[in-house]
Amino acid sequence: MSQQQQASPPIPAPVPQPESDFYWEKCKEEELWLRHCKACDSSYFYPRDICPGCFSRDTDWIQSSGKGIIHTFSIVHRGPTPSFRDKAPYVPVIIELEEGPRMPSNLVIDDPQPEKIKIGMAVEVVFEVLDDKISLPKFKLSS
Amino acid sequence: MATINKKRQLGRPVSVVGAGLSQFGAFPDKDSRDLFVEAFRDMIQNMDKGFDIQDIECAYVGNYSSDLFEHQGHTAPIVADWLGITPIPITRIENACASSGSALREGVMAIASGMYDVVLVGGMEKMTNLPTDGVTDVLASAADGLYEVPAGLTFPGIFGAIAKAHMDRYETNLDHLLKVAIKNHANGALNPKAQFQQTVNTMAERRIARAQERGQDVPEYNSELDFLNDERANPWIAWPLRLYDCAPITDGASCVLLVSEDIAHNFTDKPINIAGIGQATGKPLHDSDELTSLSAAKAASQQAYEMAGITVSNVDLAEVHDCFTIAEIVATEDLGFFAPGEGPRAVDEGRTALDGDHPINTSGGLKAKGHPVGASGVGQVIEIYHQLRGEGGERQVKKENPTVGVTHNVGGTGGTCVVNVLRRES
Ligand SMILES: [Zn+2]
Repeated sequence: MSQQQQASPPIPAPVPQPESDFYWEKCKEEELWLRHCKACDSSYFYPRDICPGCFSRDTDWIQSSGKGIIHTFSIVHRGPTPSFRDKAPYVPVIIELEEGPRMPSNLVIDDPQPEKIKIGMAVEVVFEVLDDKISLPKFKLSS
Repeated sequence: MATINKKRQLGRPVSVVGAGLSQFGAFPDKDSRDLFVEAFRDMIQNMDKGFDIQDIECAYVGNYSSDLFEHQGHTAPIVADWLGITPIPITRIENACASSGSALREGVMAIASGMYDVVLVGGMEKMTNLPTDGVTDVLASAADGLYEVPAGLTFPGIFGAIAKAHMDRYETNLDHLLKVAIKNHANGALNPKAQFQQTVNTMAERRIARAQERGQDVPEYNSELDFLNDERANPWIAWPLRLYDCAPITDGASCVLLVSEDIAHNFTDKPINIAGIGQATGKPLHDSDELTSLSAAKAASQQAYEMAGITVSNVDLAEVHDCFTIAEIVATEDLGFFAPGEGPRAVDEGRTALDGDHPINTSGGLKAKGHPVGASGVGQVIEIYHQLRGEGGERQVKKENPTVGVTHNVGGTGGTCVVNVLRRES
């Protein structure tokens, strides 16, 4: 819809920190992995070494099924920054994963309209290649 | 292990005895320091019993990002120099849009500690140097750069998602949101310092006049709501939020003079006391227990009410952080004025209007008064200061002798919330 506009600059790629390297490497392989705390047996997002629930360092990684539900969403019509200008309209979502944690992401959907999207709808992860290091986890409605 | 006594009381009481506000708007020829000088001059000229600026012992200034907006770091000493108050200590406080709310809190605690008797606190933001894209880019940097920004989850998107959650859980609809904008513009129309001193009705008439002038199709509007539901006049920004659901980009500054309560009457016969202060921190939205409420706002208000020894029924009016219309509705629920989910109906019934039982954002709020982010927290305190002193002019609340006012200042999407209770001396 905005073909006449100048091409937008690329989305600023996240710069992984050592504690999230593994997360981004797995995204590159089109797998979604979550941090898991062995001390309090909970999974969490954002990925980090120390559990935000109990501050334990006894943490490892588990692979997420990539399945979840829409916790809430909006439909952005005016890209907030130049890199998002020609992405609009797009759908920011908060996804509640089967494993428990929630994560901010996007819903990939053609011609997003409020009527087409409902809180609680089932979704599954897909990956969008941003560059040779980063693939962003996004979600689509489960068929 | 030592027992921690979390008494959370001020060591001694603190009063506001002076207030100054710059004009809010877009001022190409002014830097943040010039805006702060303007606010400071406004304060000095309106001190009830005069005032020697050499009496100021310490200062705190809230500012989100002079670094990115103006390419100017270390702005606090520049302000001190411009005001002629060197060599007193001055410190810049950054907490996104709650920067000056937090600066005020530091000032209150500096006096309560017994260290100082007279402290200047304020805030400033110069935002319009950059084009809109640049401004939204700077604002976006307050979101998480690793996980939120790449998903395009910046402020309008996040508050849109909060609005959707509220609509899903309660009977909130799009008109409720727009009615917040209508009310705040009605109040802003009565505020000579506001960026938008126009009712929505005035703006609708202007649009009609413009169309007539240009020989275009002349739109017909039966009401303010009708105008706001016209997608050409009020386009979607982040559904369910439209342009008029969003606070504007603003240049402005604010300051107040805080003193130890025992010397307040040297400055004015009508001091306004800081009865309670609260500040709390929230998790990012995706990790919050609830999407329809900001946990930091609830925690900060409980702290402030408890310190002030009040319940919500004692509160006469409030200035709340309406960076988006939904944020005002959520704020009135978090502060306890209305039960969860009842905020929209309260707007519908006019309970938050000037003549309502819970007047909210009599200044016009961030929506109409403007939102120079670092200046907004102290700006709210200034409105309550004037209202409790009966100086609201045309926008003075209709209830008689308001005694207790509350301010609610949010940083980010609820990462920070500062709540203050102000009380007129009885
Ligand atoms: Zn744990």
